[in-house]
Amino acid sequence: MIPIILQVLRTGIISEPTPEAREEWRVRSAQIQAEIVRLLGRALVIRHVDAGSCNGCELEIHALNNPYYNIEGLGIRFAASPRHADMLLVTGPVSRHMERALRIVYEAMPDPKLVVAVGDCGRDGGVFGESYATCGGVSKVLPVDVVVPGCPPPPLDILRGILTAIAS
Amino acid sequence: MALSGLNLDARTLSGAAPVSLARVDRSQWARAARVVREGAGRIVALWGSDNRDRNATFSVYAAYAIRSGLVVLELPVPAAAPAYPTIAEVFPGALRMQRALHDLLGVAAEGASDRRQWLRHGAWRADEFPLRRDFDAHARRENAPDNYPFVRVEGDGVHEIPVGPIHAGIIEPGHFRFSVVGEKVLRLEARLGYTHKGIDRRFGDFEIATGHRLAGRLSGDSTVALAWAYAQAAESLLGLEPPARAVWIRALMLERERVANHLGDLGALGNDAALSFALSQFMRLKEDWLRMSHTAFGHRFMMDGVVPGGVEADLRDDMREPLMRQADSVEREVRRFQDVFDEHSGLQDRFITAGRVTQELARALGLAGLAGRASGQAFDLRCDFPWAPYDKLGVKKVVHTNGDVAARVKVRFDELYEALRLVREILAGLPAGAARVALPYAAPGAMGFGWVEGWRGETLVALEAGENNRIRRCHAHDPSWQAWPVLEHAVIGNIVPDFPLINKSFNLSYSGEDC
Repeated sequence: MIPIILQVLRTGIISEPTPEAREEWRVRSAQIQAEIVRLLGRALVIRHVDAGSCNGCELEIHALNNPYYNIEGLGIRFAASPRHADMLLVTGPVSRHMERALRIVYEAMPDPKLVVAVGDCGRDGGVFGESYATCGGVSKVLPVDVVVPGCPPPPLDILRGILTAIAS
Repeated sequence: MALSGLNLDARTLSGAAPVSLARVDRSQWARAARVVREGAGRIVALWGSDNRDRNATFSVYAAYAIRSGLVVLELPVPAAAPAYPTIAEVFPGALRMQRALHDLLGVAAEGASDRRQWLRHGAWRADEFPLRRDFDAHARRENAPDNYPFVRVEGDGVHEIPVGPIHAGIIEPGHFRFSVVGEKVLRLEARLGYTHKGIDRRFGDFEIATGHRLAGRLSGDSTVALAWAYAQAAESLLGLEPPARAVWIRALMLERERVANHLGDLGALGNDAALSFALSQFMRLKEDWLRMSHTAFGHRFMMDGVVPGGVEADLRDDMREPLMRQADSVEREVRRFQDVFDEHSGLQDRFITAGRVTQELARALGLAGLAGRASGQAFDLRCDFPWAPYDKLGVKKVVHTNGDVAARVKVRFDELYEALRLVREILAGLPAGAARVALPYAAPGAMGFGWVEGWRGETLVALEAGENNRIRRCHAHDPSWQAWPVLEHAVIGNIVPDFPLINKSFNLSYSGEDC
């Protein structure tokens, strides 16, 4: 136990101020939280669905949950059930084999609900395009509020996409 | 060629990977599988191609790893009777590859014990085959109903737990069907194919010079390994030797990819055993690592960094010192975390004996790569067939024998340290010179292969050139193909709540297998 406590003390708080990579992204965390509270009540709950991604976007969504980004501190949380979710975060070009499952998840979410398509694949199929196996983007299947480009988009861009969706 | 008694007419291909290619007939095909097995070889990949436009046949390919390198056998199969003798009775790991080959090309494995569909759900009909050249890949079809016959386990108190395709976490989709008594798993059957993106067919829309972009997205977590294997294949068929500096930079990227994945997985493994401290700490290190990759290589995962002919961007000299320093500091920290893991009785209690894969099982199922090395399967291409620059680096092979989660954790720690050592050696020895050369014209019909030990295991790319520098056929193989069936065995007799932990200790790619 002592080594763990020492390590925790040694590390300290490493969470960075909310999006700081570019000036236009600089939003004070209090403002973001206020925005979330105003729009959604208490917090923002996200359900992620991989609709055929290469798993690159998943790596970045995982990274978004690391201590640097401190998203829980902003009131953003990933949920296991779509029934608890305000937002659907979709990665991948939507493989035909995930199309039905994706629709079911969307329908299971309570209204109002937001959809954010993550990555170039989610935008238009990306490198995989549209084919017998892929739908060629999330908007071919669901109404999409915000698209986050990138292959994969870094965590800050994903966070920015989430914030853009709730601000609109 | 070390396959004795078969009278093979094999030709050795030039390139980084030690590959020979032979055309065989049906009886040689079946006998070759046995000869490979008897010589303690293993199957690396199985795929096929539609060559009816050329000689009225389909071709079925099997790539075997034997002592002298990779042997690729091509069996021409008449278009009128598209079938070949199964090799899955000799190599059980080939069974799903055979099923996938039928789904995609309509060439059947005669005598196979399981001929259910594998990659095909409902996106195309059972009598259509996406890899046939007359299949319209851009036509959209109605999704047909998919009634997959799972194997049923019957008996007193047995019930099924269906999980997926969508899981509770941030993870790829797939379906797991557990048959359990109480909490104990009697059987696990996986159904994958949900992320099938038609990658093999999609390669036909790419040129030799750009196919690395698609190959590198077969499985994003292994993008460097896949792109390097693709580049090796392209360079082999082009008869091109990449510059020395380029292959050293590629190795630097490959080892950094290995470190990044081990950092993430070790954190997640701690977390799955309720040590959330590990997740925070390892994810912090991983984030630092990815940011450095972005600074040094222009991309957090170094996607599209390896290109046919070299690397996309040269490494700036002023990056060497920070990369070196980071390798030192990460090693210092990880060693401290390993002490925490080792001293944590709750964690060890979950790790030790969980998800055990015996050496016999690993050998029977042809398990290689990281998971294989935790079960005594001492294969590592960087050591067994060291290509440049590994021939100068002397990679230390990590092998453990217990085959449980604890052993796979140990392999990860040890390989992480070794990768950090390699990072430092590469930075110290990085030769000067060009980092990329122009590509010559690709002769239509020329074939090349790439074979690279990624963090998860051996990655193979088979590439054939078409007209006008385009890709005629490309197959990229992720080692998850061989490991997924092993996972089904690893969980037998364990309790359901240990599945996430066991699963994470392998961390297999869905996308890589679904292709």
